[in-house]
Amino acid sequence: MESVLKVALVQMAPSLGLPERNLESHLTWLETPEAREADLVVFPELSLTGYLLQDLVAEVARPLEEKGFLAPLVEASRHRDILVGLVEESSQFLFHNSAVYLSRGRIHHVHRKVYLPTYGMFDEGRYFAAGREFRAFDTRFGKIGVLICEDAWHLSSSYLLVLQGAHTLLVMSGSPGRGLATESVEATSVQTWERVGQTLSQFLTVHWAYVNRVGYEDGLAFAGGSYVADPFGDLLLDGAENVEAIYRADLPLASLRRARTLTPLLRDEKPELVRRHLDDVLRGR
Amino acid sequence: MDLTRPPKLNPAIALAMIDRFLQEELAKTGLSGFVLGLSGGVDSALACALAVHALGPGKVLAVKMPFRTSSPASEADADAVISQLGVRSERVDITPMVEAYFQGLPEAPPLRWGNFMARVRMAVLFDRSARGRALVLGTSNKTELLLGYGTWYGDTASSLNPIGDLYKAQVWQLARHLGLPEQVVTKAPSADLWPDQTDEGELGITYAEADAILYLLVDGRYTVEEVAAAGHPLTRVEKVLAMVEGSQYKRRLPIIAKLSQRTVGIDFRYPRDWGR
Repeated sequence: MESVLKVALVQMAPSLGLPERNLESHLTWLETPEAREADLVVFPELSLTGYLLQDLVAEVARPLEEKGFLAPLVEASRHRDILVGLVEESSQFLFHNSAVYLSRGRIHHVHRKVYLPTYGMFDEGRYFAAGREFRAFDTRFGKIGVLICEDAWHLSSSYLLVLQGAHTLLVMSGSPGRGLATESVEATSVQTWERVGQTLSQFLTVHWAYVNRVGYEDGLAFAGGSYVADPFGDLLLDGAENVEAIYRADLPLASLRRARTLTPLLRDEKPELVRRHLDDVLRGR
Repeated sequence: MDLTRPPKLNPAIALAMIDRFLQEELAKTGLSGFVLGLSGGVDSALACALAVHALGPGKVLAVKMPFRTSSPASEADADAVISQLGVRSERVDITPMVEAYFQGLPEAPPLRWGNFMARVRMAVLFDRSARGRALVLGTSNKTELLLGYGTWYGDTASSLNPIGDLYKAQVWQLARHLGLPEQVVTKAPSADLWPDQTDEGELGITYAEADAILYLLVDGRYTVEEVAAAGHPLTRVEKVLAMVEGSQYKRRLPIIAKLSQRTVGIDFRYPRDWGR
């Protein structure tokens, strides 16, 4: 296993509803020095399609084929691993908000967003089919778990991924900035995301890399503010708001070991107890 | 936080977000700048200043459109904004257009005159926008939009509105932050559609109170009873809510009788930034 995961986070502004144009911009980002010195390049939620798609969902959906639409990115993954977001068209013609992990010239793993926010400014449940599992997967950097935005707001998702052995959680986001009626230096939504990642990374002793997009779609200002939290809950990287940028961070396995030695929360976790209580809850007791 | 006070704003972040909003949306349309009506009031002054902040004065055309009864002080304030910001400006006297229409309609009350003036100004702005390949910038704030205090397809019509999510108190705060002329920020808000008209007189509520109530109802999702419990007289809260409900039509495009499988505005849903 590699001792350090060198990650690059691409805080980009996708073009809405234009997968081919976005594919080109992904390839351009992958040529930047930061991406070239990384082992893994992470793009935001729906990076290949844009977010506020509404009825465009069916028009921008692509089946996941290594030789199809994704071929240039699959090819690029011979040099470094790549995580991208797009609308996946399943063989049953269902459309998923998906994250595709490409490695060594193959589609290595797919995560379909489980929790589709359908409230306030969000309407994903209207347009997407929900994924049904959280599955940590093997890489040469140890196990990785992927969460797409709202997924991370459900405590059980990161808990399950870490119990499955994840060393690193990659969180891809399309989060609009909002909440300026305070005196703080960041929008409320940006602060909240940092609080969530720092808290969960500390509770679960895991590396947490969050990449949020920027750019505007119909007045929504995607806020950026990508960051990395280490297994102690400290920020290794705190990206700027609102601007396109690529950020680099090193996630050393040694800090995971140190955190889990100092605070062996994972060792002492009792999933069988959780299961027993959940069984009770599900039986209505 | 004092729930009887209007909401504040983080001006630095708001500016950064509005800058990018104006820059990106203009770039997506491929047009060359913004045009807006400058009344001398704080809302249009702020919209103008935000456009200049985002794109520089060369990309902004301010149009003064006085009517013969408009207050000369308003025009002087507009001139102060124009000279401070260094934007290009034009003056279009709407008196002949408006009077030509109302000739022979002596019974028309001031409200009809006022609404007609607002729509004539809208028509002038959209014509100027076609001439200059510019987008019409909206100047309605969140308080006005929610209370319905504006003319449907008049001053509420625009392509892009940078201040539509700012309550009036936040408009004042941001206007001060940007250093707009003091008299523009401190004077009593007025639509100036007839002499001595003031917003607060016509609305029957102060902006400070309306903002505080709206912020709790709309942003905070408080119930009417909870807003009252937070220190606002129940009758005022109910009055504000009634104004919001009663003006919902002004915040929507026309509704269409649904007959087909997919209907514009109902289940034909695409973002405006479609393919941009």
